[in-house]
Amino acid sequence: MPAVAWALARDLKISLRSKAELGIQLLFYVIVVTLFPLATTPERSLLAAIGPGVLWVAALLASLLSLSRLFAADHADGTLEQMALSPWPLPALVSGKIAAHWLTTGLPIVLLAPLLSAQYALERDAMWILTAALLIGTPILSLLGGIGAALTLGLRGGGTLLALLVLPLYVPILIFGAGSVDAVRAGLSAGPHLSLLGAGLLVALVGAPFAAAAAVRVALD
Amino acid sequence: MAAHWFLYASPASFYPIAGRMAPWFAAAAAALALVGLWIGLVVAPTDAQQGDAYRIIFIHVPAAWMSMFIYLVMAFWSALALGYNTRLSAMMAQALAPTGALMTFIALWTGAFWGRPTWGTYWAWDARMTSELILLFLYLGVIALRNGIDDPRRADKACSVLTLVGAVNVPIIYFSVKWWNTLHQGSTISMTAAPKMAAIMVTALGLMTLATWGYAIAVALIRVRAIIVERERGASWLSHLPEVRRLVV
Repeated sequence: MPAVAWALARDLKISLRSKAELGIQLLFYVIVVTLFPLATTPERSLLAAIGPGVLWVAALLASLLSLSRLFAADHADGTLEQMALSPWPLPALVSGKIAAHWLTTGLPIVLLAPLLSAQYALERDAMWILTAALLIGTPILSLLGGIGAALTLGLRGGGTLLALLVLPLYVPILIFGAGSVDAVRAGLSAGPHLSLLGAGLLVALVGAPFAAAAAVRVALD
Repeated sequence: MAAHWFLYASPASFYPIAGRMAPWFAAAAAALALVGLWIGLVVAPTDAQQGDAYRIIFIHVPAAWMSMFIYLVMAFWSALALGYNTRLSAMMAQALAPTGALMTFIALWTGAFWGRPTWGTYWAWDARMTSELILLFLYLGVIALRNGIDDPRRADKACSVLTLVGAVNVPIIYFSVKWWNTLHQGSTISMTAAPKMAAIMVTALGLMTLATWGYAIAVALIRVRAIIVERERGASWLSHLPEVRRLVV
């Protein structure tokens, strides 16, 4: 636990030092979301139908955009190697880093979701479900993405490769996340979708840090 | 007993065995495919509902089964590679990946050609098709990661981790896609509710499935031999092989 807290606090401090970079990621998210009505139609009923999916896809891309930097700087200056050598368990340190990644990229996306869903003419309860689904789902994006980021550490074309590796793994999250809002709009309960997302989060919380730590060790060999 | 199995974990001892086994599997695959295709395309009667288009299943179904099974086998070798740190296991996983991707592609491609006359469309967002497409992406991801890493030992381990993460995800992806589609609309065409097949068709399908197995094993063995030669080119046992000597001299 102290290892998680230490890594979390350290990564948060580093991220908050370059606020412009965090702002750029959020701006990217907002711009992607804004492009879809321009590319399709400003008609409200259609926007409400595609809105949840668009917000989710944009969240996937925004999360992906920042993933390549999750370990890169620490890998370049040797900090990651010191972490692997330290007596603290590497999965705990990796968890802390992933948690910091979520707090700096996932959480702002969640907080922006109510505002952006208003642009997509979503009803109030659909809006809250979308926000709740993003709240449960975006940590999974960071957790799975952490594995991909560690696997592609220091490779040629790492960014594109990372997208190729991670996006197929994101499919279930996308389906359940966007599906929860569709269920509410169809008059059904979003409960099953959110429960499945929650189950996915628990599995990812338990498994992903170990897989990511294994991948970090592979990269350091 | 254990020592017996680990003997073949050495590339040096596996290389000649793979070379001896591969032609047998290849010959069996060719013979089974000939008979299977003959029964499937000539002997088996035309289907009452689907016409002759149904004959695509003699390629399509074995390829689809194989595409999923190869991923499981890859995951098995990847787990061994990580657990025992054996080079040959990772080489086997590496050798299987292109065949798995090929089978996935064949399944999708033939499925599209079957779907056009039968469903009236090349592509529908059916649960099976969508999860098969994502499986293809997973295969391509593993191959791309392999190509992106210069150091073969690092590539072995990284691909093993990725394959195992993917293997955990494959059932989740399958069920998520299935529920996603059934939530939107009832499936209009269900493969499971198809009328029971005639015995002669099952025979052709079985033969073609065995042929696909033989092909996949033969190709994987030949490819693993190529990988061994490429990776172990510095090893002395390799330079004593007659085929290598011929090349060098």
